[in-house]
Amino acid sequence: MRRVLFLAPLLVFMVLAWYFASALRPDRNPQELPSAMIDKMAPAFDLAGLHGEGVARDALKGAPVLINFFASWCVPCRVEHPLLMRLAEQEHVAIYGIDYKDKPEDATKLLAQFGDPYRRVGLDQDGRVGLDFGVYGVPETYVLDGAGKIRKRFVGPLTAAQVDNDLLPLLHSLRRS
Amino acid sequence: MITELGHFALILALCVSLTQSLVPLIGAARGNLAWMAVGRNAALVQFALVALAMAALMHAYVTSDFSVVNVVENSHTDKPLLYRITGVWGNHEGSMVLWVFMLGVCSAALALFSGNLPPDLRARVLAVQGMIATGFLLFILLTSNPFLRTWPPAANGHGLNPVLQDPGLAFHPPFLYLGYVGFSVGFAFAVAALIEGRVDAAWARWVRPWTLASWCALTIGIAMGSWWAYYTLGWGGWWFWDPVENASFMPWLVGTALIHSSIVVEKRDTMKSWTILLAIITFSLSLVGTFLVRSGVLTSVHSFATDPARGTFILLLLVVAIGGSLTLYAVRAPSLKGGGLFAPVSREGALVLNNLLLSCGCATVLLGTLYPLFLDVVGGPKLSVGFPFFNRTFVPLMVPIILAVGIGPMLSWKRGDLLGALQRLGAAYVAAAVAVMVAFYVTHGGPILAVLGFGLAAWTGAAVVVEWAERVRLFRAPAADSLRRAIHLPRAAYGMSFAHFGLAVSIAGFSASAFDVEAIETVRIGSDLKVAGYVLRLADVQRLPGPNYIADDATVEISRDGGLVAVVHPERRFFPLQQQTTSETAIRTNLLSDLYVALGESDDAGNWTLRAYWKPLVPWIWMGAVIMAFGGMVSLSDRRWRIGAAARARRSGPLLQPAAGE
Repeated sequence: MRRVLFLAPLLVFMVLAWYFASALRPDRNPQELPSAMIDKMAPAFDLAGLHGEGVARDALKGAPVLINFFASWCVPCRVEHPLLMRLAEQEHVAIYGIDYKDKPEDATKLLAQFGDPYRRVGLDQDGRVGLDFGVYGVPETYVLDGAGKIRKRFVGPLTAAQVDNDLLPLLHSLRRS
Repeated sequence: MITELGHFALILALCVSLTQSLVPLIGAARGNLAWMAVGRNAALVQFALVALAMAALMHAYVTSDFSVVNVVENSHTDKPLLYRITGVWGNHEGSMVLWVFMLGVCSAALALFSGNLPPDLRARVLAVQGMIATGFLLFILLTSNPFLRTWPPAANGHGLNPVLQDPGLAFHPPFLYLGYVGFSVGFAFAVAALIEGRVDAAWARWVRPWTLASWCALTIGIAMGSWWAYYTLGWGGWWFWDPVENASFMPWLVGTALIHSSIVVEKRDTMKSWTILLAIITFSLSLVGTFLVRSGVLTSVHSFATDPARGTFILLLLVVAIGGSLTLYAVRAPSLKGGGLFAPVSREGALVLNNLLLSCGCATVLLGTLYPLFLDVVGGPKLSVGFPFFNRTFVPLMVPIILAVGIGPMLSWKRGDLLGALQRLGAAYVAAAVAVMVAFYVTHGGPILAVLGFGLAAWTGAAVVVEWAERVRLFRAPAADSLRRAIHLPRAAYGMSFAHFGLAVSIAGFSASAFDVEAIETVRIGSDLKVAGYVLRLADVQRLPGPNYIADDATVEISRDGGLVAVVHPERRFFPLQQQTTSETAIRTNLLSDLYVALGESDDAGNWTLRAYWKPLVPWIWMGAVIMAFGGMVSLSDRRWRIGAAARARRSGPLLQPAAGE
């Protein structure tokens, strides 16, 4: 019995190591959405707005848009923020924000300080919509085409390379089609 | 040429570390003194080689050698010299070289200052250090070589992430890594002890200074990181429960448990297998942290460029190092004999409680950090835990431990008198009650938890003073007698007092964050923003060129009751190369509170977003950490570390300690 106790740390570590190994599987790239969601309709949502008008999936149809999940308590979001500003101001990309599990007043302060790249911001205070999308953490960014289908998902802060190599070319091709 | 020299030095270091891991180990097993002695020299040579590699990489950065891929990707000719030097570890490859360099520093120090160790123990400890170095040198050479060349050379580099272009980069990573890597010494001692099957008071006495020194470095490293985040993110926050912050906090928590439990091994010859386990876990958590940061399995603000091959390699390292040592533990630890018995209410009992709570705290942080990963792997719903989780789980666990910090040192070894200790702490109750009442009055009945936090801080601080007063028999013996006692009190006792007092100071700082006042407004040049009785006038915003950025430099005049207090210059810096903006906050501190000013966006019509905080006691958070680390260093200077070496020969039974003797 005593010996079993001394085995416990090893067993705990083995379970942990198994999880780590599964997390490293090449087919589970945290930057990619499980392929099941790609080219499917985005989950339906209709959220109250941070300022005035809300955000609803069906109202976004017609042109390709970005859906960006963010929160004021999220540090990586602040890292990607300048890129979103650039996308909105220089590339004129339509970005809709979903404020995830956050206090509206905190989000308001965030946008007042760092600038507001969003056309509109929807409030997802209980994280319901995030759950439907399968949000892994904030920030996450989804590309929706004009029909409301998810075409691409970016997990974690966007990088300049992702924007230039993946995001902008994809948006251009979606706009043309 | 110099770059290739660095590369060769690293390869040679690998060969030497292989020798260091095998030869002394075989020597110790066979009782061959000459083979055992190889460990010392190998460690010194290995350190020299790694230092050479580090210097070569630094040379490539300082001279902006753009034929080296790593320099191209992370440097730029416009970058100021300071950031060309510190930029060496501002990226994955370079930071691994720093990691191995710090490991070399520890191994070399161990080789130099371990002359008083029995030769077989010394050989084994150095061999384990050699194995760790081998693993990480292989990792660098196979997956993250910073010395790769590119042809033709690039015209210029891509530059360093602007957020990292801060003096903080010069200090935060080296201290943090010294802390992480320093725990490898405790780990090596633990593994060596398991191989030998012998843990005694002498062993604890040898390990403790190394653990203490690493703990001090880690404390400073974490505090610096937190302060850096505070002044650079422009958000006023100082802790975000970010996975990488947690990765540094977990070894700190277990390391804190370790420096306490090793006292029990030293003084009372018991809790041996637990202490060994803590030593293994502390370093294991440092390794897990490395894995989490560099494998890309979790997303974090600190993430390096990730590559699955690296993740796999580090995981392999984890399995060998942690799995191996824990297997050894499972096999050998059951035969370690415990020493003296003790009652639940005793100094030992208090330290067990400390260990339990710190370990639970660490388990909570681990769970919160890895939870998203676990759920994702098993295909469950995807959740993220942030502030709310940690505040609800970790903080309540820390309350009893803070209470115990006051009581524990008042208890005697073996069997303590809880009631007596509680009675003697009278002054601490008074201090806690007064603090709660004052906080309640000053803040007009602010958040109850924060008010109680002040009570806890006052309790701990007062208990430290009471404990010291008892030791020197203040007011109970003649003043001259007390003074003599105060002078002759062991440094370790002062170390403890400082460390615990530092904790009290930090707690006050944490609690006060509930009373932050903030103001954010869009102001025109020449108009005011009011916060906490101060009036901030945005006098001017000028566009100034920096070495590799363009700054919008604001002049903000702070006044109070009509009198000018200070003029500060918060900035927004735009880095054209990376197309990124960073914020350079202006902080006016009087050590009791900070006035924190950050400049936000402008709408091209001359309106600027100005953000200001008044943060009471926030500097105490870091002052407390510095006091804690100072306490650790005072304890490190205790003379018993220098003279206690012969203790093992005696094989003494439990040392008898007078009730409140030490």
